[in-house]
Amino acid sequence: MADAIKITPPFTDEVVENLKVGDRVSITGVIYTARDSAHKRLIELLEKGEELPFDIKGQVIYYVGPTPARPGEVIGSAGPTTSGRMDAYTPQLLDLGLKCVVGKGQRNEEVLDSLKKNKAVYMAAVGGAAALVAKSIKKAEVIAYDDLGPEAIRRLEVEDFPAIVVNDCHGGDLFKEGVEKYKR
Amino acid sequence: MKTISENTISDAVRELCIEAATKLDEDVKAAIKNAAETEESPLGRDVLKQIVDNYELAEEKGAPMCQDTGIAVFFVELGRDIKLEGSLEEGINQGVRRGYEDGYLRKSVCDPFSRKNTGDNTPAIIHTTVVEGDTLKIKFAPKGAGSENMSQLRMLKPAQGVEGVKDFVYEAVKTAGGNPCPPIVLGIGIGGNFEKSAILSKKALLRKIGSKNSDPELAALEAELLIGVNKLGIGPMGFGGIKTALAIHVESAPCHIASLPVAINVQCHADRHKEVEL
Repeated sequence: MADAIKITPPFTDEVVENLKVGDRVSITGVIYTARDSAHKRLIELLEKGEELPFDIKGQVIYYVGPTPARPGEVIGSAGPTTSGRMDAYTPQLLDLGLKCVVGKGQRNEEVLDSLKKNKAVYMAAVGGAAALVAKSIKKAEVIAYDDLGPEAIRRLEVEDFPAIVVNDCHGGDLFKEGVEKYKR
Repeated sequence: MKTISENTISDAVRELCIEAATKLDEDVKAAIKNAAETEESPLGRDVLKQIVDNYELAEEKGAPMCQDTGIAVFFVELGRDIKLEGSLEEGINQGVRRGYEDGYLRKSVCDPFSRKNTGDNTPAIIHTTVVEGDTLKIKFAPKGAGSENMSQLRMLKPAQGVEGVKDFVYEAVKTAGGNPCPPIVLGIGIGGNFEKSAILSKKALLRKIGSKNSDPELAALEAELLIGVNKLGIGPMGFGGIKTALAIHVESAPCHIASLPVAINVQCHADRHKEVEL
């Protein structure tokens, strides 16, 4: 199999355009975490016309609610959660310039259309591989919604964070193509 | 008559919580390793390799293999010759509180509407049966939401019969796709009534992977469903492949003449369960 493609956020249109379904990528740099409750709050801020707690242009949001960090560690186990629960919120964030979302499982048509329209990409990390993913996280800092505990928004510094391109900006869909190839 | 105290139960449950989150049972490890060797898709094999590396790392570090350390589900067999000192339920809940805190496990239980976290992963879900003897057996199976959310229950018409059951299973697995972190294990409860089928489906998940139902017809159904599910092409994490399920366990019970309840409980590859006998 081909080597993983090394990328660092923020992503330009060009970086995203080069990513194709099934590519393995390795992200180094800063990414942000958010899941259900944090997304709800972000959208509420936008509806009130207020600023988001971080500039999302070109950035990556990773859907994760980690376990508490054990003594001497920066974060606990941190595998992806099911992305579909964020479908209702994602297009609005992509419209604002978010370039990449990382989770697990299928997205709905609205998200897929929005990825194409905004030249953005959906990646999956391996669900359940939470201790392994945590190894790539070198620093973690809560930047908003501390009261949400595991659901707070964190700024992560990652090194060689492993992900797989599931929906590229050209309309490719690994779930559809993969299943088509192996169904009997 | 043997006496067991609330504290003894709490201590045992605390251990179960931490051990289940960090150490996969040998039957599950063997099934995942086997899938990693036989998966046809190169990407699928890569995913399965990461899953193996992950559970090995988790065990070595004593860290949770998955960040979703689940809602705490218990099946308890209480010997009728046991005298309980204090409350069985409180002993279990206390053990969950301590285990989830001391083990650095994620507290994932909240109010259904306000979504306010209970803060200690309680209340646990406890199914108790009274049995002969003086042994207290506690089986623990933490359940993550990624797979639990893909579970389904349907009241089929008796005329739909076994074909209806198979169609329902294939439909449920296709709908679930990559969401429940395949390769999955399916627990299927057939018969009983609405809630009985659901409990049977969860109990079916507690069986060792690769074990067969003692009824030859149900064992044959398990084998047929496993082949059928693995022909769907979903594969590890839904990226395409021939290893969608590691095992399918069916349990059944007599039902009403007008009913055919079928419950499908979906379990992710982090198929965690531990038990203790006191």
